[in-house]
Amino acid sequence: MTFVVPDLEIYEPPKPSKGGANTNLGKKLIAAMIPLIACLYVGLVILAPALSVVAQAFAKGIAPFLENLSSPELLSAVKMTLITAAIAVPANTIFGLAAATAIARKKFRGKALLLSIIDLPFSISPVVVGLMLVLLYSPSNGVFGGIVNSLGWKIIFSWPGIVMATIIVTFPFMAREVIPLLEEEGWEQEEAAKTLGANDWQVFWKVTLPSVRWAALYGLILTTARALGEFGAVSVVSGNIRGETQTLPLFVEDAYKQYQTELAFGAAAVLGGVALVSLLLKLGVELLLEQDKKAREIKPDA
Amino acid sequence: MAPAWLRPGTLPTLKLPSWPWRITWLYLGLVLFLPLGAISLKAAGVGPAGFWELATTPEAIASYQISFGLALVASLINGVFGLVIAWALVRCRFPGQRLLDSLIDLPFALPTAVAGLALAAVYSSENGWLGEPLYRLFGIKVAFSAIGVAVAMVFISLPFVVRTVEPVLRSLEKEQEEASWCLGASQAQTFFRVVFPQLLPAILGGIAQGFSRAVGEYGSVVMISSNIPFVDLITPTLIIQKLEEYDIDGATVVGSVMLLFSLASLLVINLIQVWGQRYQATSTAVG
Repeated sequence: MTFVVPDLEIYEPPKPSKGGANTNLGKKLIAAMIPLIACLYVGLVILAPALSVVAQAFAKGIAPFLENLSSPELLSAVKMTLITAAIAVPANTIFGLAAATAIARKKFRGKALLLSIIDLPFSISPVVVGLMLVLLYSPSNGVFGGIVNSLGWKIIFSWPGIVMATIIVTFPFMAREVIPLLEEEGWEQEEAAKTLGANDWQVFWKVTLPSVRWAALYGLILTTARALGEFGAVSVVSGNIRGETQTLPLFVEDAYKQYQTELAFGAAAVLGGVALVSLLLKLGVELLLEQDKKAREIKPDA
Repeated sequence: MAPAWLRPGTLPTLKLPSWPWRITWLYLGLVLFLPLGAISLKAAGVGPAGFWELATTPEAIASYQISFGLALVASLINGVFGLVIAWALVRCRFPGQRLLDSLIDLPFALPTAVAGLALAAVYSSENGWLGEPLYRLFGIKVAFSAIGVAVAMVFISLPFVVRTVEPVLRSLEKEQEEASWCLGASQAQTFFRVVFPQLLPAILGGIAQGFSRAVGEYGSVVMISSNIPFVDLITPTLIIQKLEEYDIDGATVVGSVMLLFSLASLLVINLIQVWGQRYQATSTAVG
């Protein structure tokens, strides 16, 4: 047997009957239009372009797509991208966690300013980020050009520049996700651990980190996704040498410019796949974060 | 009471900041302050007169007009549709809602180069799914024109308004609207007098964030633009072109202008947020 439970939303407060049935119909029409417009807009602006990448990449079937993927230039771009992320993501994770533990639990003058400074890379154009690195390290025009030259380093138009550009563009994510959570948490557990004789390192590993693990994971996903996909900042400092200093996003643009459309769409589909995976992981972690929050609310406060 | 080092019997001790602080400052210094210092130093080296001259060359001004103008158009379009989408996500129930919700985040997740490629393909007037009909029926050329640049900016700044308005809309108390209906206000009156003013800080904040992002965007725009000066060449592309022509001073100056804009927009966004919080605090205190 089934019970039909009427939706609570149906009970609307009594309304003054001014227009009668006519306006009621109009209201219903407006109510139906809103989701329709929303879907149509998102469909045109986001869904259609996303689907077109998939369609173009697999236009001739799976075999040519896989063949495109095994092009040596594309593989070298994949390698460059992975190396960049392998350096940038751990470095930013260490910074993010350190900054969060340093900033979140303290109240001091200029805290809001420091938080804005950490957020700065999100508002600076990626091209300007790249330009700043060129002005700093370029052997001919950089402020440190002389030092870089005398040491024989190659930073601009080489992988260190690419890694640095990626680090700058992605470092706020981790701190940004972890700080609000730590601010909510308070100090009590850490203090308890300290009075029980734990040293700072043990407190961080055994108390602080576990309490922010899902937020940190969330930050890690965002950092990695952006590090793999960064284009603007990297394109300024990379020099775009095929098979050497080209990352996957740069390869997409370059192949497209050279009219190697299939190759471009193949690489784009790979990046799109990564983005999709990151989106799904993000959804999963969001669920975990919510559960965690609920569990904490149930836990009685001492 | 006298500071500790003045008190008799205690020697002045230099207390080093803790490890997390050391890492934070060292990292910020290397990664953020050094590059910022470099561009400031180079810009100062140009001198005020030279700076003004290079910042206001005709092609630079044309690129500001294109970048800022189109970004404004794009963020305003998203202001309207972002509100509609947020409303649909919070107040309506319809099939595909979860999908719509996740699609909103796609512009944040998708690398900008992929976004640019996708938009250029779909809005191409030769064989794009949307571009070809638009060109044939209305004669509108989207890809490789200023309209295409605007479309790319709309794409990458779409999530901002939705994601700032959504939580505020969710936290609104339905009682207020019901009270307004009971007092005889029409639905339109209720929306514009009761709901909209409470959403306004969030909408403006989202528009400002989207605008700032759209002005600085490079990857997706460069692929759908024809990059012709005075037509659809945006400021970030101009910077790159100047770098490629070894016009370092020109690139530095135009880059500094963009940097100053970013700082100003960060300030405005923070002010809007403070205003919004105050607004919410007073409205809940009164309500």
